Amino acid sequence: MPNNKEFVKFAKVDKSYDGKVLVVKDLNLDIAEGEFITMLGPSGSGKTTCLMMLAGFETPTNGEIYLDGNPISNIPPHKRGIGMVFQNYALFPHMTVYENLAFPLRVRKIPKDEIDKKVDKALSMVSLAGYESRMPGQLSGGQQQRVAVARALVFDPAVVLMDEPLGALDKNLRESMQYEIKHIHESIGVTVVYVTHDQGEALTMSNRIAVFNDGKVQQLSSPDQLYESPVNSFVAKFIGENNTFAGEVIDVTNGKCKVKLNSGGEIFANPITVKSKGEKTTVSLRPERALINPDEKMDNSHKGKIEEVIYHGDHTRVRLNLLGNNEFILKVPNSSANLDIKLGNEINIGWNSTDARALDPK
Amino acid sequence: MSSETNKILTTDGIPLEESLKKAERKNKIKAFLLVCPLLLFLIITYVFPIGEMFTRSIDDKMITNMLPNTFKSMESWDGQDMPEESVFENFYIDFKKLVENKEHGKLAQRLNKEKNGFNTILKKLFRQIQRNKIDENGSFKEQITSLHKRFNDVEYWRAIKRTAPPYTMAKYLKGMDLFIDENGGIAQVEEDRRIHRILWLRTLEIAFFVTVFCFLMGYPIAHLLATLPMKYSNLLMICVLLPFWTSLLVRTASWMILLQQQGIVNDFFVMIGLVSDDNRPEMMYNKVGTYVAMTQILLPFMVLPLYSVMKTISPSLMRAGKSLGGTPFVAFWKVYFPLTIPGIGAGCLLVFILAIGYYITPALVGGASGTLISNQIAYHMKTTLDWSFASAMGLMLLTGVLVVYWIYNKLVGVDNIKLG
Repeated sequence: MPNNKEFVKFAKVDKSYDGKVLVVKDLNLDIAEGEFITMLGPSGSGKTTCLMMLAGFETPTNGEIYLDGNPISNIPPHKRGIGMVFQNYALFPHMTVYENLAFPLRVRKIPKDEIDKKVDKALSMVSLAGYESRMPGQLSGGQQQRVAVARALVFDPAVVLMDEPLGALDKNLRESMQYEIKHIHESIGVTVVYVTHDQGEALTMSNRIAVFNDGKVQQLSSPDQLYESPVNSFVAKFIGENNTFAGEVIDVTNGKCKVKLNSGGEIFANPITVKSKGEKTTVSLRPERALINPDEKMDNSHKGKIEEVIYHGDHTRVRLNLLGNNEFILKVPNSSANLDIKLGNEINIGWNSTDARALDPK
Repeated sequence: MSSETNKILTTDGIPLEESLKKAERKNKIKAFLLVCPLLLFLIITYVFPIGEMFTRSIDDKMITNMLPNTFKSMESWDGQDMPEESVFENFYIDFKKLVENKEHGKLAQRLNKEKNGFNTILKKLFRQIQRNKIDENGSFKEQITSLHKRFNDVEYWRAIKRTAPPYTMAKYLKGMDLFIDENGGIAQVEEDRRIHRILWLRTLEIAFFVTVFCFLMGYPIAHLLATLPMKYSNLLMICVLLPFWTSLLVRTASWMILLQQQGIVNDFFVMIGLVSDDNRPEMMYNKVGTYVAMTQILLPFMVLPLYSVMKTISPSLMRAGKSLGGTPFVAFWKVYFPLTIPGIGAGCLLVFILAIGYYITPALVGGASGTLISNQIAYHMKTTLDWSFASAMGLMLLTGVLVVYWIYNKLVGVDNIKLG
């Protein structure tokens, strides 16, 4: 794959709707050719606005967007050649599946037999061959979704944008569609910019994820990095489950810091954003990184009281009161070794300081 | 046997269908009682009057009852040569009875409508009967034909025979400037008396163009209404509806103030130098006035159904059209416009049907060249008192509306029409 690292480039893009509030602030983002990148963030974080600017339905207030090296701010949407899958599919309800797929080809004046071939190919790609003459209204949600994906891909666009395309599907269907879209992306190598507020979706599908909050990209990295090493407490909180301790750094030595908690007690943590003694911090720890009855090597070991036990099938969620934090969550695999988890019991909890990330205090 | 055994039973052993009917019966009765008042109202105010109008428009029983014996004896007459003695005899008997009841005038009036000249000769016969000059033992044929040469003219006897059936389509034919001629065929009235056909065509023309104007003006407004943010669209909606809430008469009168020769619009034209002061254009008491006023008055009927349809069209569809490579025009024409067709159908149907039967506005601002068929109907209702003719034209109008509805059903499909 000829990898152009800056196939899509947002350069210092600002966007404001009312002249008072910036919805997108100084966005700099490079998307490589063939990459599957997800813009993830809570609603109102500016991710959809970014997508709309890329599609051409909104203009940047400042800055420029480049597609394959060319600035595109002055190109109208229909000349950008970007495919788009909309939140509610936006299938044309008065056209058959075939006509929906043929629409982008017909406006490009492609000969009839070639249109037939491309439509056939696109439909079999989403395993909907034989549905040509159906109306969108006669299809199930999942099928409509696939038609929408096929329609966005049928004219071989360089970039495909997807705006929360799975939001209207039920859980099982959503999961199977995630894999399907991922496989389609892998097989045809198109650049995909995907917008969602569902972190599970983002983690499953993407090459890289841009976490948006407050009009800014908080972190841009691969799913595993995002999960394992969030760079600030917003990302840590937003991605996955998280135990937090608020406190103050009282010592930093050898890449390890000592934090005095507001609720009392002291823990060791991995200093990420904190540099020196006296800084306020929030320590973030993934629930699965804390173990019951830790071995000697772990440098954090504390006693906690079980306050709630929730059975989840493959694992059990345990809520503990630990170091004055009664929201401490523990995920325990359901095995015969963990039978002493009973409400009210006191157990030993331990973790490595490298897994406890001391981040900004927010 | 199989149908017996296959019948599904409830747990109590009653056939399921029967049980369901029983359970539903109460609801059905309730529902029927709820719609009953409306149903009665419709029957009393709509079905009966239309039935009454229809019988009135084709009714020709009066003369049938006046000349029962004559018509009976005429049955065997072929209408070629002069009728036989028995026809004359029966005509004399019938006419004498009418004279006794003082109803001969009505007969003369009715027959005169059929053919000019009856009035004079029947008056003559009446005087003879009054003076007992007719010898009831002699030949009626000889005596009557000698009264006036027209009694000897076979055309007049044919005219009587034509009035025999108790029903007549004459009013409908008259509504289309046609009549039944001496030979019983359908012929056109003289050219200078063909007023109705002009009125029908003008009514259709004005209704058609008013619909077109309403569509051209209403479509962008409805689109704006459907896409503007709530606070602006509410204001605009009030602007659209405000005329709707004003009395029709007031609105028409205000158009008269605006459009008259010394009116505001003409004053403005003179002011900006578009026309000279002594050459102010006529904008009222002609078609222009009718077009302008009717378009304004009927506009909400176009905007509202269009708006309600456009409101349901997701803006992402237009975006999808554009992102797939369609120019804004292609996206509009291929995606947005087809989706608004149900609204266009409803709006045009409403406006056209209302326009085709419009009365007050053309009566006030239409003048001679801007009046419509409904004004003619009103004229016959109020001035000539020819109610059967007014009924016939009213029914023709109704038929026209039903035809339009049928065409729309074929083109758009009534199920697709959305009224809001």
